[in-house]
Amino acid sequence: MLHVPRRKALLAAAALTAAALGLALSATAQTKAGEPLKIGYVYVSPIGDAGWTYQHDTGRKEMEKALGAKVTSKYIESVPEGADAERVIRELAQSGHQLIFTTSFGYMNPTLKVAKTFPKTHFEHATGYKTDANVGVYNARFYEGRYLAGIVAGRMTKSNVAGYVAAFPIPEVVMGINAFTRGMRSVNPKAETKVIWVNSWFDPGREREAADTLISQGADVVTHHTDSTAAVQAAEAKKVYAVGYHSDMSKYGPNAQLTAVTHQWGAYYTKVAQSQLDGKWKRDNVWGGIKDGMIKMAPFNKVVPQDVQDLVNKTSADIGAGKFHPFTGPVKDNDGKERLAAGKVMDDGTLSKMDYYVEGVQGKLPK
Amino acid sequence: MDVFAELLVLTLAAGTPLVYAALGELVTEKSGVLNLGVEGMMLVGAVASFAVAAKSGNPWFGVAAGIGAGAALSLVFAVLTLSLMANQVATGLALSLFGIGLSAFVGLDYVSVVIEGIQPLGIATLAGLPIVGKIVFGHNPLVYLSLLLFAAIHGFLYRTRPGLALRAIGESPQSAHAIGYPVVRIRYLAVLFGGACSGLAGAYLAVAYTPLWVEGMTAGRGWIALALVVFATWRPWRVLAGAYLFGGVTLATFQAQAGGVAVPSQLLSMLPYVATIVVLAVISRDATAIRLNAPASLGRPFHPDG
Repeated sequence: MLHVPRRKALLAAAALTAAALGLALSATAQTKAGEPLKIGYVYVSPIGDAGWTYQHDTGRKEMEKALGAKVTSKYIESVPEGADAERVIRELAQSGHQLIFTTSFGYMNPTLKVAKTFPKTHFEHATGYKTDANVGVYNARFYEGRYLAGIVAGRMTKSNVAGYVAAFPIPEVVMGINAFTRGMRSVNPKAETKVIWVNSWFDPGREREAADTLISQGADVVTHHTDSTAAVQAAEAKKVYAVGYHSDMSKYGPNAQLTAVTHQWGAYYTKVAQSQLDGKWKRDNVWGGIKDGMIKMAPFNKVVPQDVQDLVNKTSADIGAGKFHPFTGPVKDNDGKERLAAGKVMDDGTLSKMDYYVEGVQGKLPK
Repeated sequence: MDVFAELLVLTLAAGTPLVYAALGELVTEKSGVLNLGVEGMMLVGAVASFAVAAKSGNPWFGVAAGIGAGAALSLVFAVLTLSLMANQVATGLALSLFGIGLSAFVGLDYVSVVIEGIQPLGIATLAGLPIVGKIVFGHNPLVYLSLLLFAAIHGFLYRTRPGLALRAIGESPQSAHAIGYPVVRIRYLAVLFGGACSGLAGAYLAVAYTPLWVEGMTAGRGWIALALVVFATWRPWRVLAGAYLFGGVTLATFQAQAGGVAVPSQLLSMLPYVATIVVLAVISRDATAIRLNAPASLGRPFHPDG
């Protein structure tokens, strides 16, 4: 009969350990005064040297630099969207990260789910649309940069055909195609955009094939809304022009890249971290653009004439100052139907549901 | 007509990685070994070729390194399955996963590197000829090499005694062993050859087709190559046709999109798969022929002493 008391003792020990662990966990969930604020980042892909995640990581580093010893940050890369994401986000919250940035659209539901169980932790989800008491969302007005890129393309094209390698027909991407085309036609009404959907965010081979196809069909400026540098490289090899996206890709196409639409998250990350430090974090739904420094154009290629650079800089200043909006009426779709009356400015709600091509884009938008 | 020539050139370029990988796997499978590690071997070949090309400044050294790396990884597979009798399917899948991870890890430092890739031959005067010039002379050297490799493999399998021995081993290793063929040694060589070809396929992507390294850049082409071998019922001509068909239909759908054809792009994306499967299934619909061409001992381990 010796084993019964022994088992009891074991159970008691186990219960004690569990209690101790629980205490330890709850202790780590709250940062003590004087300790740096722990900030967590979840990335969907490897950081790499260019692209979506790279820009977020650059922003993280800028934030660390700006705030110095007051913060420490940790990132986890290549986290698949779905169940894994929830586990990773939960781990970050559990290990005392009080501010967590989840940087991909597919993290929306995992973020909200974890946020419910950590009401004191603040979450910031990029490109999503659902918020909660402790979950804010942020996104950039990529279309503003696209419009500026279009101006450059419109002035540089000789064939009046631009090629666009696109990933998936979602409003975000369609908006970019339309803004690019409107920018291009604002300086060159004869120019048109050809679009190829590769149905993948990341497949360098297919991106290359699509870019090659566009070039073979007469496009002499190509741009892309996919994650690799393949389109810019294709342009470099075929001696036509390119506009990079996400990051400055001039290294991959020193002659081809005219400019690039780049994402800048550093200022935003610094601002949010600072407000967390001050105890003033509040849920927000941020859609920032040139004005907020979230969108910047990469340095111009030297072949871009000075007057074009000046025009782009002026338009950029106007957009930043709120004097000009890339979707100012009249906006017509490519069937000729008017979508916005002359003189009106498209509101954000309509903009974020865009599901048609504007005039000047060839073909039909896949539905 | 010029668009057609361009499409043909692009088709060969797009199909080439599949040609390499699928032909290599064909030889491996003809000896009765199923190696599902093609995707992993391609990636390891890609990262090795890119790293060496970046360090040495000569993409051809990179190609050699890619071949070597693919073969080295397949050697691991060969030791596990042929000497230690591990399950081929499980080992092959593990090899793919391992290759994907290993290449990502080794390649970390090379993500930002820019190299001068292998350029298309462009024999200036000849490639300038109308239409024919482009079709015949406008390709990347590695595209020509893949055609040579195809001819060599076809000749080897069906015109030489060692090729006959390889096929015999794939049919019945016991019989081949009884006649006195070194079954395990030949299977080793077949696996290594398959690995080398996969490595070369990866090298083509990383130093010729899209000269860059990023994690997972093969984007599933290894799995497509595996499927091609089966749908082509283990015949080299059909493998070649299937690879170009896949590349060609992909490009044709892009052409159609750029030309403004109003078909949903998701449907178009499906077309290369559907077309390749349908065409290969139709030309291979003869059940007897499939039985004759499929290596009867595929995937089964062979113990020389029992």
